[in-house]
Amino acid sequence: MMTLFGIPTAALFGQLLLGLINGAFYAMLSLGLALIFGLLNIINFSHGAQYMMGAFVAWLALTYLGANYWVALVLAPVAVAAFGIVLERTMLSRLYKLDHLYGLLLTFGLALIIEGIFRQLYGISGMPYAVPKELAGGWNLGFMYLPIYRAWVVVASLVLCLGTWLLIEKTKLGAYLRAATENPALVQAFGINVPVMITLTYGFGVALAGIAGVLAAPIYSVNPLMGSNLIIVVFAVVVIGGMGSILGSVVTGFMLGMLEGLTKVIYPEAASTVIFMVMVVVLLIKPAGLFGKGA
Amino acid sequence: MLKKALIGAACLTAMTVAQAQAQQAYSDNKIKIGILTDLSGTYSDLAGKGTIIAAQMAIEDFGGKVNGVPVEIVSADHQNKADIASSIARKWYDTEQVDAIAELVTTAAAVAVREVSKEKGKIDLVSGAASTALTNAKCSPTGFHWTYDTAALANGTANAVVKNGGKSWYFLTADYAFGHDLQAQTERVVKANGGEIKGAVRHPFPNSDFSSFLLQAQSSGAQIIGLANAGADTINSIKQAKEFGITQGGQSLAGLLVFITDIHSLGLDTAQGMMMTTGYYWDMDDETRAWSKRWSAKMDGKMPSMVHAGTYSSVIHYLKGLAAAKTDDGMKVADQMRALPIKDASGFAKNGKIRADGRMVHDMYLAQVKKPAESKGPWDYYKITRTIPGDEAYQPLADSKCDLVKK
Repeated sequence: MMTLFGIPTAALFGQLLLGLINGAFYAMLSLGLALIFGLLNIINFSHGAQYMMGAFVAWLALTYLGANYWVALVLAPVAVAAFGIVLERTMLSRLYKLDHLYGLLLTFGLALIIEGIFRQLYGISGMPYAVPKELAGGWNLGFMYLPIYRAWVVVASLVLCLGTWLLIEKTKLGAYLRAATENPALVQAFGINVPVMITLTYGFGVALAGIAGVLAAPIYSVNPLMGSNLIIVVFAVVVIGGMGSILGSVVTGFMLGMLEGLTKVIYPEAASTVIFMVMVVVLLIKPAGLFGKGA
Repeated sequence: MLKKALIGAACLTAMTVAQAQAQQAYSDNKIKIGILTDLSGTYSDLAGKGTIIAAQMAIEDFGGKVNGVPVEIVSADHQNKADIASSIARKWYDTEQVDAIAELVTTAAAVAVREVSKEKGKIDLVSGAASTALTNAKCSPTGFHWTYDTAALANGTANAVVKNGGKSWYFLTADYAFGHDLQAQTERVVKANGGEIKGAVRHPFPNSDFSSFLLQAQSSGAQIIGLANAGADTINSIKQAKEFGITQGGQSLAGLLVFITDIHSLGLDTAQGMMMTTGYYWDMDDETRAWSKRWSAKMDGKMPSMVHAGTYSSVIHYLKGLAAAKTDDGMKVADQMRALPIKDASGFAKNGKIRADGRMVHDMYLAQVKKPAESKGPWDYYKITRTIPGDEAYQPLADSKCDLVKK
């Protein structure tokens, strides 16, 4: 059998594929973060809590409304976005003129409060959420067994990331958004309602976290801390990719997922730290991140 | 008339003096029990608030007073951190007149508090922590380990699994003291029964994606994948093992530390058929059902884990020890606790006895998770397939490295 790093190549392919799947979550979450940071200049620390809310909306909809996974996939991002918009209008919008630190502290505090409320209501062990029937089972690829649901997560994530990138880079709406980031006063002078656009952007970024939450519900335990375990890694991904760079965060998300996957076979003890080691190296060599512009 | 009044006054004085003496035996005229647990983190369901409720029930059932002296509870969140746990313990003992600390989930926190309690001659009643270190290198004349430990879990589950034909094992181990201890204990039992260890992978703690580790376990070809982890890590391992077709592919999972709260979170569809060892199950007999329903009424319909019942049992036994010792001096109370029979309304600790190393030895139970069709509803999860006598479940006293054990 052929080996690479002392591991059979078949096993290595399996691990790379698994890494790609985890990378899909990193990409979706870091995309939302990058979008919000790029256009609002807010470091959204409540992103993890909003991801958790997405998963909980799916569970609540199933338990109390009997709504299935596909309904949840629409309902959860809408609900989470609505919640995000209220936050933005009532609190975040007051902070745009201040230092980044204020936005970070506010959203971090909000994350703790949201997680605390869910912990109080639903406990810590988490809730069961089954894989939808249409996506149950798996394919035997020869080198590994691939659950259909995981394949779906990668496809859904790629579609979402690509769609978002096209929206921002290739449409007129995206052009307005980018212009508003550069010079809000001038864009407003052209008759475009910049505050509404910013609010909707925050809603959209948060909705991405909500969708990621629904996608995660059948795989991970749906519990109030599921987001806080992930958010630190996602922040590292954004920093490595370059704050505010949309393409950067997506590509870095997938790449680091695969790197982490490899580490899990070569030296599992380091799996939780490898991303941070990369972050240190990148910050030393290229402080603006791999895809970032300027310092 | 005067004579009568004099006699009356003398009697009254004598009574007052006697009462004062009785009360002086307990310092500060009150008994204070501290519940130090995880109130917000990953173990807050299996321990947490439910253990405070259990301790309150113990005090109520005892009548709220020990020889006329009132009993109070204080509680705090140690956040599963050893430094926070030991500084709270110090504050409680030094400035808040706490007489004993109970519960103590998470081995690191329990060991930290054990050192403080030992130094101050105070009682600690460990329920939630798992490591056998508490009755070996870290044993104390005033320290007790009440509910379960890694040796009992390994002896129960691994013995049963190997005897059922699960000879070759691979471990998914949480990379910290508890996981290492649980894996080592289980390996010992597997090898003693003629089984074989194919390998192990140590995963970061906490971790959410186990697919990579599960795939490694799958390619090892071992019949049994032993999960030497706890809480959300175990839940995610089991959930993802099903997703990756590992259980359908003929390999079986052995959850080495599984609580009923974990099963509730997984759902029977995912957890069915799994074998595990537990120190308590609410639906064993009339006694356990009656106590658990009382607890459940205060906890929004949830059912108690072994840690909840164990906390009740340990606190009420401590109160009995206080009453018999007629003092709150830690050493004297500990002596009484060792001498008194262990029996309480929770039905916990059947055939329980406390050994010189502080281990409360009691019957353990081998349980299998029911199929969805066999369950009558929420919390009806276990079939108890075997009662494991305490002496078989726990580490023999002769093997204990505790220096209090006379060799």
